[in-house]
Amino acid sequence: MRLLKDKILSKLMLVFTLASVSLLLVIGIGLYYHSIPLLQKSSWGELVTSSVWKPLKGLFGFYPFIMGTLWVTGIAIVIALPLCLFTALYIVEYAHARIKRILVPFVNLLSGIPPVIFGVWGVLFIIPLIQKYIAPHFVDYSTGYSVLAGGIVLAVMIFPLIVSIISEVLRTIPKELKDASLSLGATQWETIKNVALRKALPGIVTAVVLAISRAFGETIAVLMVCGNNAVVPNSVFDPGYPLPALIANNYGEMMSIPLYDSALMFAALLLFIIILLFNIISRVILTRLERKLIG
Amino acid sequence: MKRRKLEELFFRSLMVIATVVVGGSFFLIVGTVFIKGAPYMTWDMLTKTPGGGFYIGKEGGILNAIIGSLYVAGGATVLGLIISIPVAIFINMYMDGKKFLSNTLRAAFDVLFGIPSIVYGAFGFLIMVYFGIRASLLGGIIAVTLLVIPILVRTLDEVIRTVPLELRDAALSLGATRWEMAKVVLRQIRPGILTAILLSFGRAIGDVASVLFTAGFSDNIPTSLHEPAATLPLAIFFQLSSPVEEVQGRGYASALILTIIVLGITILAEILIKKFSKHNI
Repeated sequence: MRLLKDKILSKLMLVFTLASVSLLLVIGIGLYYHSIPLLQKSSWGELVTSSVWKPLKGLFGFYPFIMGTLWVTGIAIVIALPLCLFTALYIVEYAHARIKRILVPFVNLLSGIPPVIFGVWGVLFIIPLIQKYIAPHFVDYSTGYSVLAGGIVLAVMIFPLIVSIISEVLRTIPKELKDASLSLGATQWETIKNVALRKALPGIVTAVVLAISRAFGETIAVLMVCGNNAVVPNSVFDPGYPLPALIANNYGEMMSIPLYDSALMFAALLLFIIILLFNIISRVILTRLERKLIG
Repeated sequence: MKRRKLEELFFRSLMVIATVVVGGSFFLIVGTVFIKGAPYMTWDMLTKTPGGGFYIGKEGGILNAIIGSLYVAGGATVLGLIISIPVAIFINMYMDGKKFLSNTLRAAFDVLFGIPSIVYGAFGFLIMVYFGIRASLLGGIIAVTLLVIPILVRTLDEVIRTVPLELRDAALSLGATRWEMAKVVLRQIRPGILTAILLSFGRAIGDVASVLFTAGFSDNIPTSLHEPAATLPLAIFFQLSSPVEEVQGRGYASALILTIIVLGITILAEILIKKFSKHNI
């Protein structure tokens, strides 16, 4: 009786596990299935490289949105990576235990703040900052709603992710290696530069890859500050229109225009594929890194 | 020699500056929301649903969105737990000797964790279309459940792995079946389960992109699963896009309410994690 119960429960759990894991497959297939009407009309290549977005005429070019996403993500990484790298180095290599105890919880708290709050902060703080103080030095006029604003907000959103991964990787570096360098008369920074950073490089790459995939999918915060103009941005002060914002902004009218729903599902499919790839890449790097450390 | 000392000093100051910027961004965000939101905070915001003309600056509150968000996040967390606990137990206790398989499963959940909420929202919408469900509380709960399953599985998995193997072996050696062993372990990780619940609830209550298509919006508090439900982040988003100053201000106040709720949950989870890890070492 007890064994039977164990058997039944084990089968039940197997079903639950398979069902939730297959979600990955089901999402991909579901989104692809709904993109078929659009894909029958035009090829992948056309959709991704055309920049004409006229849903009413049945023209769907995703190029501006892909570029918008790339701009925003690129800016975010450029801002966040150096800041986070230095922060992680400080926390792991320099900071006293007491400072660490105060600092680390705040980084965790930052990761708990909902995206919409980042958006509100962007509108209240970053937009006026760009409009009044940064943009006037470079261009004649900017509303502040720009890919730069999106990039800054995204950068702050990915701070906790990058800091936590890099500091974890830094912690795995054997103390003996650093001690050897220090005992040869190297300063702490030289030790970091020549030993720690070199050893941590794969981990830093992983952090960047994961951060990119996170930034790619961020929706509401970016939507609120990016200006949402379906043209390819030429400078950081131009508005942009990232893919997730496109999906979120148009769900209301997607049922009334033919092929529109299919186009939005295609946008979701694009995001899904890109993020899947990035996640797999980072996983491969991480497993290699782990194996190296053990073996 | 001097150059090396200078280099050390230079990079050290860079690190301190970077740390101040990263750590300070938290205060900057919470501070901005607090300063802008506090003047518009009234008791009505918390206790009333939107009255007629709420969106042109007349009286009312966002009780509909607060309750709606609690329903969606609560429902999704409960449903998610029902699915995730068996999954976490299965991965940890029923897959002895199949290390490759269990690691593949873990990797799959890590990837699912990385899928953005807008994709879950779009997929949830497809499910709803397939089953003929309109934008409703039910639709929102389904989409958010998908979103929180990976969070719950990952957290529970980590917690279960902290339980000493000896405990499991002791149970098994006394003749317990694997399920009976699982019950012992489950009792052991109760605070960990609570942490997982808090993390999932915190994520669920703050997410917009997944409920955007699926939960709809309504000025009333939903009374059944098939009615559309307002959610707090969406209410913030709508109020902010209004041209009326009073409505925008109330959007800031709503943002403050959400921030306080989420920070409360996160802090509670942090404390629990600390306590939990202390018990085990």
